[in-house]
Order: sequence, then structure tokens, then C-alpha cells
Amino acid sequence: MRRRFPGGFESSLVLPCLRRIQEDRGWVADADIDALAAWLGVPRVQIEEVLSFYTQFRRAPIGRIHLQACRNLSCCLRGAESVIDHLRERLGIEPGQTTRDGRWSLSTVECLGSCGTAPVVMVNETYHERMTPERLDGLLERLGR
Amino acid sequence: MTGTKLLMDFEVTPTSHTLAAYRARGGYATLEKVLRTLRPEEVTKEVAASGILGHGGAAFPAGRKWGVIRLNDEQPHYLCANADEGEPGTFKDRWILEHAPHLLIESMAIAAFALQVRHAFVYIRGEFDLPWRRIAGAVEEAYAAGWLGEGIAGTGFALDLVVYRGAGSYVCGEASGLLSSLEGRKGYPRNRPPRLTVRGLYQRPTVVNNVETLANIAGIVRDGAVAFRKVGTAKSPGTQLISISGHVERPGVYEVEYGYPFARFVREDCGGVLGGLGLKCVIPGGISTKVLTAADIEPLTLDHASVTSAGSGLGSGGMVVIAEGTCMVRLLQVLVRFYHHESCGQCTPCREGMGWMHRIVDRIVAGKGEPGDIDRLIAISNANDGTTICGMGDAAGYATVGIIAKYRDEFEHWIRHGRSLHDGRLEAIDHEWARAEALHG
Repeated sequence: MRRRFPGGFESSLVLPCLRRIQEDRGWVADADIDALAAWLGVPRVQIEEVLSFYTQFRRAPIGRIHLQACRNLSCCLRGAESVIDHLRERLGIEPGQTTRDGRWSLSTVECLGSCGTAPVVMVNETYHERMTPERLDGLLERLGR
Repeated sequence: MTGTKLLMDFEVTPTSHTLAAYRARGGYATLEKVLRTLRPEEVTKEVAASGILGHGGAAFPAGRKWGVIRLNDEQPHYLCANADEGEPGTFKDRWILEHAPHLLIESMAIAAFALQVRHAFVYIRGEFDLPWRRIAGAVEEAYAAGWLGEGIAGTGFALDLVVYRGAGSYVCGEASGLLSSLEGRKGYPRNRPPRLTVRGLYQRPTVVNNVETLANIAGIVRDGAVAFRKVGTAKSPGTQLISISGHVERPGVYEVEYGYPFARFVREDCGGVLGGLGLKCVIPGGISTKVLTAADIEPLTLDHASVTSAGSGLGSGGMVVIAEGTCMVRLLQVLVRFYHHESCGQCTPCREGMGWMHRIVDRIVAGKGEPGDIDRLIAISNANDGTTICGMGDAAGYATVGIIAKYRDEFEHWIRHGRSLHDGRLEAIDHEWARAEALHG
């Protein structure tokens, strides 16, 4: 990717590098920030700002299976609130929490651009669309719950 | 049928997004012809003559945006496709990224030639996984086949294209916020002037166009501006991809020729309201456009002039259908929660105002609303209008004022009685259950 950027675009590499670090480790640690700041030659504060600004970056570990349920309008009109309640109940955690065994994390998120196939639940990177409590049960079973 | 198709004019199959399939449909022939026979300014002239309006929401003429770029000014120019589709209710660009990625690449290469761009970008929202895999895969195919990189189609033209992934932020869909993000920083929108076409990415002239706008370029250049203008209306030439969702029988992405009857589109092409329920209202172009009642849409056609004449806008084409019986107070609660969550915090009226609006609607829903709350929401909306760097503060206000103007009684009822005028639901009532209930009591 770097060779396709124009020269002098090191700063632009902050987001792709953080994404890559997170793909490997699952979250971004202090040591990663120091290493990235040195490698790209950008100020540490810029990396900290980026990490706190964007919702997808994480500074702490989360569950291996991350369920993100959309709570925006189109999903709510098609039953997202029941889907989120069902997930709460089945996992025994609130949005923003991780199960004690460190396996499951639940989040609510804003529009994922999947309104035509609402409601949508994202499992790690993959969209699962047209969710209902029944279909959720099937999905959770396949994931080992 | 919803009129002429310019983008969704082929059958979607498991392989229709590949380079081979695109070539078989005549793909990249226009780029080759442009590079061999046209001068950059001729391409821009054709695009300007087509009258194509931006499809991201603001409907700014693309030709005028391009016209600001001065060729041969001895500095780099950049081009960026805005694929940060995040306006709730909008999922049309996703269709192009997933099904016609090469159409976007060919169109971007033509645009890059016209604007003397050496480096172009597709800024795609971080949550999009399949769309990212499709466009990134298509870029690799295009490089391998010589449609990107050095010496494209055996000419001296060179173009590098980077697919850049966002990381979860609504304001990055705003063009200047997008460029801040593309520079590897938080996605703060910037004050204009200077326009981005004067000082954009790394302070260089930059054109940011919506994915759908760019996807139209290859067709416009291939068939000519005159042919393009034969489709649609005089003021809104061409077509619009409308993504429709909510309480509608057949949600999805539809290509609609501008000027097509609004109510017929909802009722016939999309199958009407879910389960045969009555239509309460429609949000026509993303949640930031003002809500239109069932009666409002009857005389309208799907083009910018018509929808604007009703006090709303066609915006990004993200249409949300809302059935009778839906609680508009709860609906506004979802919207202001979203705006509060997504305010980037740079401008005080938006940062504070979104929080105030969110808390006021929350307390109404909690049964603790105060008589002055409705006017307070309107006052905050008005105070935001035009006082923030980007349009998000304005947009939240439009949505709020629009809902209150048409459904004030629902707010008054909840404040007075501590409960919804309806049953507080957003999910459509299960019609079969409701019918059985009516039959058997």
C-alpha cells in the first residue's frame, strides 16, 4: 500500500497501521503507539487522538467474538430493539461489556449501511442481516453459545 | 419500472463484479478512448455540460466543482471517491462498490485524466467489509491488467489508486472531515473558504466526489452529455440510486430516473408499507432531511426541485418508510442519540446542542418532560443552523424541527401524560397478530 501513496504521506499511514496492529493483537497497546510514532515520524499525540476519535479502535482487549448490533432508525423500525434485548439476555451482559470468560463482547453501534436488510448484527467483520430473535439463536449456536 | 437504468443496467451474478465480466460489458473501452483521443479539458467540458449533480446529498454540480481545478498549475491534484456512506438510511454506494467496482475505477481514471491527478483515493468506511474486499480486489485486478499504474492503455498516463479504510466516524463522510482523516488525523471538518478544490488534501487542490457521482462519469463520457440529459428532468439530469428501508414491503436499492412519481415508487415499485399498514410518513433522503407525510408526497416527483419544493430534500437518496402507529417521539430519540454520538466536538453549538437535545428527548420519554421542552428543542435547532463548521449541526436541527412541525401533538401528549400517544413502538406491529386480535378480540 505504501508504494502507491505519494511521497510525504507518512502521516496518512496512521489509520492503516493501527488497523493492522489491531488485526494482529485485537487492540492497540502503549508500546504499539511508541513504535508507530517512531516508525512513521508522527507525534505520539496524533496517534492518541486518532485512537480516541474513531469508534473502531480499541485500547483494551475485548472478547474473541464481538457482536455489534445496529441501533439506528432503519434497524429499529425492523426490530433492532428486540434483537438487542435478546442478545443482552442470551449473553448476560450489557452493551459495552464482555463476558467473564473473555469470549463474548456486545456493543451497540450506529448505522452500518445495511438498512435494506435490517436489522443487522456484525460478528467481528461479517454482517449478519435480517436478524430476528430466532435467527439470532441459530447464529449464537453456530458460534458455540 | 422506474425509468432508464444507467448504473444498474446489467444482471447481478456471482461473478458480474469481476474484471472479465466488466470487460465483456464493454468496460474500460471509454477510458482507452479518452486517453487516446481527448484532451483533459474536453472531458471536464462534457461532464459540466451533462449537468450531473453530486449524489452525496448536497446536489452540487460536479462540473462546477471540477471547473475550479486549474490544469498546469504545477502542483499535484488529488481525487477522492467518498465511499464513507454513513447517512442513516443510505446504502446505495455499497451497491456500486459490491457489484460495479470496475465502473467506479474506470470512471475515476477518466476523472483523474481530466483533472491531471496522479494519485487518487477511495475512502471507504471501516465497517464495510464485503464492499472493501470487492473494491480492493478490483483495484488489484485493474493494476494487473494495466488499467492502473504506469503507462495505462499504452499511453503516457499514470495513476495510482489507494483504497483507504475509515475507522468509524460519521463526520468523515463530510468531504473536509474525510480529507483530515485521509491525512491520518481525527476527522475534523474544516472551515471553507478555502474550498477543497483550492486547498484540500495536504493543502493541494482536491476533488472529492461521491461514489455514485463518479460512477456516472464513464457513461457520460461514453454517450455524451446530450444523451445523459435526455434522462431525468431538466434540473436533475440522469438517475438516482434510491435506497429504501424501514416499514416497506420490498426494501433495497432501486435506480430511479429523476422525475419519477414519488408515491408510485413507494406504493408500487417497493410494494407499499409492510404488511399492508397505512403510510404515516417518509424520510426522503437520509435522516437529516425533513420528514414528509403521506399527503405531502402525493404530488411530488423524485427529483431535487420537487422534493425541495415540499420543504425537504432528496439528499443522499436514503429513503425511510414509516408506518401508521409509529411513535415519532421515540423516532426522534433514535435520531438525536445518533447525532449526539457522532458530533465530533469541534464546534460548541453542535457538541453541546446535540447533548442537550438528546437529554431533553430522553427525559420526555422517561415521562419527565417539561412544558417548555418542545420549544427548547426548536430553539437549540435554530441556534445550530449555520453556526457550525460542517452541516451536521444544521442537519440534526432540520430533522428535529421537521418532525416536531408535523407531529407536535405526539410530543405534547407524552409531556402531558407521561406516555406515548401510540404504544411507543418503532417496530411495525405484526400485522397477522393484529388481524387475529381484531378478529377474535
